[in-house]
Amino acid sequence: MSHETVQPDPSGHFGVFGGRFLPEALIAALDELTAAYEKAKDDPEFQAEFTGLLKDYAGRPSIVTEAPRFAEHAGGARIILKREDLNHTGSHKINNVLGQALLTKRMGKTRVIAETGAGQHGVATATACALLGLECVVYMGEADTKRQALNVARMRVLGAEVIPVTIGSRTLKDAINEALRDWVTNVDSTHYLLGTAAGAHPFPAMVRDFARIVGVEARQQVLDLTGRLPDAVAACVGGGSNAIGIFHAFIPDEGVALYGYEAGGDGVETGRHAASITGGSIGVLHGARTYLLQDEYGQTQESHSISAGLDYPAVGPEHAWLHQTGRANYRPVNDDAAMAAFRLLCRTEGIIPAIESAHALAGAIELGKELGPDATILVCLSGRGDKDMHTAARYFDLFDADVREEDQQ
Amino acid sequence: MSTRLTEVLAAAKAENRAALVGYLPAGYPSVEGSAAAARAMVEGGCDIIEIGLPYSDPQMDGPVIQRAVEHALAHGTNTRHVIDNARAVAETGAASLVMTYWNPIERYGVERFAEELAAAGGSGVITPDLIPDEAAEWIAATDKHGLDRVFLVAPSSTDARLKLTADAAGGFVYAASTMGITGTRTSVGNRAAELVGRTRKVTDLPICVGLGVSNAAQAAEIAGYADGVIVGSAFVRALLEAETPEAGLDAVRTLAAELAEGVRSGR
Ligand SMILES: Cc1ncc(COP(=O)(O)O)c(C=O)c1O
Repeated sequence: MSHETVQPDPSGHFGVFGGRFLPEALIAALDELTAAYEKAKDDPEFQAEFTGLLKDYAGRPSIVTEAPRFAEHAGGARIILKREDLNHTGSHKINNVLGQALLTKRMGKTRVIAETGAGQHGVATATACALLGLECVVYMGEADTKRQALNVARMRVLGAEVIPVTIGSRTLKDAINEALRDWVTNVDSTHYLLGTAAGAHPFPAMVRDFARIVGVEARQQVLDLTGRLPDAVAACVGGGSNAIGIFHAFIPDEGVALYGYEAGGDGVETGRHAASITGGSIGVLHGARTYLLQDEYGQTQESHSISAGLDYPAVGPEHAWLHQTGRANYRPVNDDAAMAAFRLLCRTEGIIPAIESAHALAGAIELGKELGPDATILVCLSGRGDKDMHTAARYFDLFDADVREEDQQ
Repeated sequence: MSTRLTEVLAAAKAENRAALVGYLPAGYPSVEGSAAAARAMVEGGCDIIEIGLPYSDPQMDGPVIQRAVEHALAHGTNTRHVIDNARAVAETGAASLVMTYWNPIERYGVERFAEELAAAGGSGVITPDLIPDEAAEWIAATDKHGLDRVFLVAPSSTDARLKLTADAAGGFVYAASTMGITGTRTSVGNRAAELVGRTRKVTDLPICVGLGVSNAAQAAEIAGYADGVIVGSAFVRALLEAETPEAGLDAVRTLAAELAEGVRSGR
């Protein structure tokens, strides 16, 4: 299959994946959004506004950093980090959020709803809404509001209403369901600001396009730094926005291998993981046909990952397609490997990565050993790890005894 | 070949009344218990029963149906049980439908699901998250097995989409009364009447109205302009609130009788 062809097709399909599997009641809103987005894409004024915010508010372009001491543990391959952790709000999520928030204004809507798992997308959304004067409601699974209590406070400080979701598995997938219920009820005033490159058309393509600046910048930065393209690009994959963001500009470069790292949790073989492509099957969830974790009757199965941002039982349809066509490779990284890479980057480079991003780092360690010392690997450092200190302190047993006791209660 | 659903809707029309459609998920309080409740609803006066297929991610459903569905799934209710319940309904002589989100059909096998449901005496299927644009395989399978495909229209549907949807539908067109999810409401407002009026202009199929209908007065009002009145959460709530299984059966039978009176007093 040619990768030159424009994806998705006009009805939002990437091969057999994608599409629109949502109630008819939402189709008008999806059409409105598609039209607004298509128009904005070709509108120099919108693009200038978006680029201006990325530069003067989010801090773009983000730099690239070589990681030579880390690379010693990765077969000596050259490792270059794309520093999305340095963006305002601390992750790549701000790129997509600023794009969609501007679009919300253009559509004349005054209220934004969002789902969040780790809280990074919720924080980014609350931030953009504060900046642009939009009402903001964030749905978050009750299990995640407990895991990420600090981010809940951040969102509330920024003026957002955070609603804990107490139905189903009480994680990200249920937060998406609840956001969809809100959307269908309040669609006239409300934009659903989806946080990843998944869901019904036009979300996967639109989120990708708002996130692809990551790869556009990084491609040039690696050329400037090394005089050639990288041999491989590595990113973690939850719903897939940072991965598609950094992959997209490289898709036509056939010599550049693309690697997406899914959350392997306790190990794909244990059934406790969030690796939709490596451990799932084709089906429909949250508006798109894609790979997902499901049982024999098509009931969604709960995902498991130490990383709340990757703890999602499906994946964006473009990744499903890149997998099927063989253009990108998807591999699972277990919790323990991700945490080892997390610590290694902290100790060798003085950079604390998000645990999500640590999955890509763990992947790069193995990949470097495979490709050897002549290889250059570009890694998407999608976010910073401040939000993960509690998880890390527990995992590595870093709390003093009295604090540990308090924490366990 | 017309389905039992088409016959039942035609019979109601001949009596110059709207049909009464009741919804209940399989598996609440148990697979057997839900079949018994469906039978009680037919005894009370439902013309058509929708057996809901419990699904892990019911995006169109409010808290009442979510609660029943969560219970059903936790107790192992699956697609085969849904088809069994559809058979139990068909055996009463009422028209038997399945209401389900799309993924369980795709996973079960589109062809296999259509074949087994038709063999069980089911008339058709309502698919709230499947739009005709994505339904090529479903249209082929339901045509082959003589099942009605009930698609939904909403107040937000454009005229062009009303036509596209009605042209692909069979049995009836499901008009969502309001923009929102399932649950009982005190009023369905006037958007429903407007939507039915717009849909009539593009199709000769019967049009049934659902979402938010819970009592006889609302049923009567809707029966004034629609061909069928669909009630879901109110039946589920009656079961959820019942102290014993027997009380639940009495409650849904009584509610069906009240609603049946409602649909007969609307014109
Ligand atoms: C830092 C970071 N990286 C990655 C992800 C995963 O999302 P995606 O796959 O859409 O990039 C998240 C989600 O919360 C995140 O916070």
